Amino acid sequence: MISAPDVVAFTREEELEDDLYREPPLPEEYSVPLFPFSGQGANPWAKVAGSKFTRDFILISEFSEQVGPQPLLTIPDDAKVSGTFDLNYFSLRIMSVDYQASFVGHPPGSAYPKLNFVEDSKVVLGDSKEGAFAYVHHLTLYDLEARGFVRPFCMAYISADEHKIMQQFQELSTEFSKASECLKTGNRKAFANELEKKLKDLDYTRTVLHNETEQQKKANDKGYYTTQAIEKANELASVEKSIIEHQDLLRQIRSYPYRKLKDSEFHPYEPECALDQADVGSHDHDPTASEPGETHLYTHVPSYTPKLIKAKSAKCFDKKLKTLEELCDVYFFTQTLDQLHHIERTFRGDVCYLLTEQISRALLKQQSVTNFLFEDVSFLDEKPPEKQYRGCQGLGQDAMDEKCLEESLAPKVVISLGSYKSSVECVPIKMEQEMEDSEEPKMSESVMSEQQENLDYLDADIKGSISSGESIEVLGTEKSGSGLTKSESQASLPAMASPQAGRSKVGSRRTVSEDSIEVLSTCPSEALIPEDFKASYPSAINEEPYVDDDQGGLRFTPRASPGVHDGQDDISKQESLVQVDAACCIGKESPNFLEPLAEQLGQKACEEDGVVRIPPQPYRGPAEQGLRGGFPSHQGLSGGLLPYELDSRHLTGSREVSKSSLDECSDSTSHISSAASTCSDRTPSPAQPACAQPGDRHRKRAGQNALRFIRQYPFAHPAIYSLLSGRTLVVLGEDEAMVKRLVTALSIFVPSSGGYTKPVKHWVTSALHLVDFQKWKLIGLQRAVSPGGVNVLHALSRYSRYLSILDADSKTLRCPLYKGSVVARLADHRTQIKRGSTYYMHVQSILTQLCSKAFLFTFCHHLHLPISEREPEESVVNRRMNFLKLQLGLANEDIKIVQYLAELLKLHYIQEPGQGGNPLLRFDYVPSFLYKI
Amino acid sequence: KSSVQTIGEEQIQNPYTELLVLKGHQDIVRFLVQIDDFRFASAGDDGIIFLWNAQTGEKLHELHGHTHKITAIAPFSSSDVAEEKTNLIITASADRTVIVWDCTSGRQVQKVSCFQSTVKCLTVLQRLNVWLSGGSDLCVWNQKLDLLCKTSHLTDAGISALVELPKNCVAAAVGKELIIFRLSASNNGYEGWNILEVKRLVDHQDNISSLVSVNDLTFVTGSHIGELIVWDSLDWTKQASECNFWDSVHPDVQPEIKLSQSPHETSVQHLTSDEECVFAAVGKGIYVYNLQMKRVIACQRTAHDSSVLHIEKLPNRQLISCSEDGSVRIWELREKQQLPAEPVPTGFFNMWGFGRTNKQANQAAKKMQENTPVYFLELVGDLIGHSSAVQMFLYFGELGLATCSADHLIILWKDGERESSLRSLTLFKKLAQNGDLQLKL
Repeated sequence: MISAPDVVAFTREEELEDDLYREPPLPEEYSVPLFPFSGQGANPWAKVAGSKFTRDFILISEFSEQVGPQPLLTIPDDAKVSGTFDLNYFSLRIMSVDYQASFVGHPPGSAYPKLNFVEDSKVVLGDSKEGAFAYVHHLTLYDLEARGFVRPFCMAYISADEHKIMQQFQELSTEFSKASECLKTGNRKAFANELEKKLKDLDYTRTVLHNETEQQKKANDKGYYTTQAIEKANELASVEKSIIEHQDLLRQIRSYPYRKLKDSEFHPYEPECALDQADVGSHDHDPTASEPGETHLYTHVPSYTPKLIKAKSAKCFDKKLKTLEELCDVYFFTQTLDQLHHIERTFRGDVCYLLTEQISRALLKQQSVTNFLFEDVSFLDEKPPEKQYRGCQGLGQDAMDEKCLEESLAPKVVISLGSYKSSVECVPIKMEQEMEDSEEPKMSESVMSEQQENLDYLDADIKGSISSGESIEVLGTEKSGSGLTKSESQASLPAMASPQAGRSKVGSRRTVSEDSIEVLSTCPSEALIPEDFKASYPSAINEEPYVDDDQGGLRFTPRASPGVHDGQDDISKQESLVQVDAACCIGKESPNFLEPLAEQLGQKACEEDGVVRIPPQPYRGPAEQGLRGGFPSHQGLSGGLLPYELDSRHLTGSREVSKSSLDECSDSTSHISSAASTCSDRTPSPAQPACAQPGDRHRKRAGQNALRFIRQYPFAHPAIYSLLSGRTLVVLGEDEAMVKRLVTALSIFVPSSGGYTKPVKHWVTSALHLVDFQKWKLIGLQRAVSPGGVNVLHALSRYSRYLSILDADSKTLRCPLYKGSVVARLADHRTQIKRGSTYYMHVQSILTQLCSKAFLFTFCHHLHLPISEREPEESVVNRRMNFLKLQLGLANEDIKIVQYLAELLKLHYIQEPGQGGNPLLRFDYVPSFLYKI
Repeated sequence: KSSVQTIGEEQIQNPYTELLVLKGHQDIVRFLVQIDDFRFASAGDDGIIFLWNAQTGEKLHELHGHTHKITAIAPFSSSDVAEEKTNLIITASADRTVIVWDCTSGRQVQKVSCFQSTVKCLTVLQRLNVWLSGGSDLCVWNQKLDLLCKTSHLTDAGISALVELPKNCVAAAVGKELIIFRLSASNNGYEGWNILEVKRLVDHQDNISSLVSVNDLTFVTGSHIGELIVWDSLDWTKQASECNFWDSVHPDVQPEIKLSQSPHETSVQHLTSDEECVFAAVGKGIYVYNLQMKRVIACQRTAHDSSVLHIEKLPNRQLISCSEDGSVRIWELREKQQLPAEPVPTGFFNMWGFGRTNKQANQAAKKMQENTPVYFLELVGDLIGHSSAVQMFLYFGELGLATCSADHLIILWKDGERESSLRSLTLFKKLAQNGDLQLKL
């Protein structure tokens, strides 16, 4: 763990109060008045204390064609959450900023109604009066009965913390996009079903009508048509027309997924949980799986008895509109709700905590070589570490250099929250596009663009807001770049788009601002957040020529050769634009910690609030990962840093941190972390981890136990040294609970060897064998009086050379001597740290330092291999020892620790992915000593 | 009280600081045999033969074919007409079959199952391109597993050991007797051989337990009651013999030893030799017999807690022994200084509380005598890993040491330093492969 996310304001009163009340109360005159808003669950740190809701929540609203904006549901579904907050009012607000054109129906010149495949729009708005700020995600769902077949919805993340919305915009956007994609997929499925039913009805109606007409014809011998017959014929014609229209709609909706796949940004929704595999399989959206042109997508239609219908559907207000649940396939609807709950959980808590967490995660992810050692496996599993090294391969050396040069030349965009300074930024673009159909495998060509200042720069200075009479200011939205989405809602934006450039420039002027709602711009984040590039291409796919080939929708136009991103390309180059966007993303992510050192020095000045401005790395969907093949991954490209540099920089960084503030920060902040775990859901607790996993609790407990251990046992140092140097430590005891507690405590010091679990075995009752020491580095062992117990002890004595033995009953430790200094810092028994999780952080930070040292040591070529062929082995050994002692400042046994970690790093690195590799046991022939209390 | 010499935890000269446990066998592993520079085969009572990579510990092949325990194994590198050297191994099993395996493909080449009794030993006469199987009779086979000739039924007990001698002769240990056979080209057929009994040597008082060829001129036999006879390879005469030779070394301690010594404890379990000396594993002890001086020059009377099963001489004056007590020990043959040496320091005093069996027994068996040898064996390291008797080991030089044991395991002992630098090498190779070594700024 790199940072200490629990350096966050304390919000829970209970624990503090407990402490306070234990002491005699102060005289009235000396006491400090309590926080004025200290009602139950009030959050003194909330920016707007006057907000009417207690914690963040998600609101789904619809702009109903019958009743106007209305709230549908909130997540969490708890009346207490929204409190006195007026959901209706807020729904009106958020729905009214959906100026997205939802034009449907018969476009001029087209015979049939066309479906608009409208992109979602993402807006941030604020209501200063209500103290509410919201990320609003607009989307439209299809409904055959609705006007123009569409129903506008929006999902809003509502928080009292403006900063949180602004800073987490990217993450919110990504997460909500997933939810939206899921919902829309389900909706398309439901819509297709509905259409099919309708078609069956129509077909049936036609047959009936046809029969009737025929009968009439037969019956009619007068030679002319009765009005009745003509009416029937007209009706028949109208039914037939309706059939054609509906068929067309069906084809459109079915072709949607394929068409969208052209967009690299499109992440077809893939259900994450394999809850119902069969079900999932049936609506499989994977393009690769489904044959082109085949429309087996929505074929699972339950048997349906068609009924006679009127050709003209009544479009009146008395009909009941479908509910959200009805609009969407059940499976996808529940998935969406799950996703929304996940969002709610993820973004719960203070923004400061979220940011720290994200930053440390992002940093850790980059240390793909070392992070397996001490980090939680669960965390690493979450998003499998990407191949950091591979990323660079595609790029030529000079491309890299150039890019870095550019990056360092370009001033960084500064977003201070209050005011947007003008920000200039250049976007060096590298494109490496693999031709889709590779008949002639023209390999990637990388194109460097000129700096297109005018187009690429985000000129935030001309930001403003428009008064719309409706008391709404929209400062900018993602969609502003779209030419098609000329707003039809109240807030007509002058937001100028430069779709050609792939960047949007937002210029709006604030005129009147006595309004209560301000829409805060989403654009500032664009400066840093790469995914915003996607805003630049026209959002409605409608523009795309609708290709009416066999089954409709599958277009396999070969990818155009990568368009040069020079600002002059036309919209027809959408695809290449998309590519460009993706390329732009790369290397722009989190520039703060990826800048080369030189740049850092130069740029330090404008980085006062560095933490806040770093957009944590967005999650990349599967579709985008596909792109990775062609594009260097962002990590690889970012700044083009050598991994060493990264680490060494981090090394110094963490050194400073640990030097400066360990004790004080732990003291002052450690309370929070423990408070967090006891927090009820109701209060937003800043220290609450993003997703309160059991891991956190475990961490805390382990930290607490470890703290107790180092205080209680004077020989904690050699014990920890044993663990760090890879010597198996056996905790021997009669009492299972006690042994397990000790094992838990010590487990935080055990380096993992890259497997899925830490090599820790909490409780063993049988005699140990050599194989166990290979597998486990920390073992809890039962001491039994039975004959079996004798065997256990015998095995221990036999293998004593591989073991350190901590006897929990007699409080003795038998292990090699330790005279280094690292462990002393790691486990100072006089430490002022009081909280388990704080101590855990402390340990993690020291261990991270050790990892960095081990990394440096492992990856320095000359330390392990001779410079010239004739160089004798001894001089390499000398160099190695000198490095360890002088450069890394290690003494005595600390060297062994680093050597062991280095060995683990090597093994991990050279291990082939598929191959488990034989676990090997390394040991030393060193004498052991017996420590007693 | 055990008088076994012990060494402390500090073993500077012991290079083996890394180990790999090779799992696969389901019963006692009795045989290890080297195939080439980096491969070896293991076999044991489960009837399965495994081929291993000695560097990585990777399991290369698993050879199934025998239904009973393996009784003998021998490597056989045959050079075909096409000059392609194929590595074969021949295995004999208690199911009375012999199978030839191809080590590269891991496939069974051929199987012979016409034996009257279990084949107890196999010898390959590389020079003649034939191999011999010894059971109740002695058979000569060619590479294609054609039976070329065989002797008449010799004994029910069967041939326990075979050794190749010059002039197309072999010596076979049959009970107490040593029988010399000669292979002679037969008149009919170009590849026909005849086998003739040439001589029977009946000098041993007890069953011959080990038989080893020292050089072209000498071979040595050892028997159950501790007789060691040096033979001339050419005329099969006794050159020297050492009967109860431990007595001659320490005549003063003889009485008590005699009391305690059961035949088993004096049995010559294994013999090995270099040009100068024969090294004998006798009971729990190790003896070094100098061929020139014709006497025991150094010994370690209780080298292990129980019987020594296998010993081998390393190029660097070191000797490795393994024993039923589950340990492997590394000894060094040193020249003794003028002054009687102090007992070897045995490391740190063991302060740890509970029951170590072999406590501080460093007052070991090196009582200075006037007629003691000028050399002595010093313990330089021990390898503890197996939980049961170590049956055999295979020294792979730089690659390390493979030991097999009754605990079903094979352990590869490696030089940690060397492995570490090898891994570094691999690491940088992989880095270069991935293109990460270039300086990317």
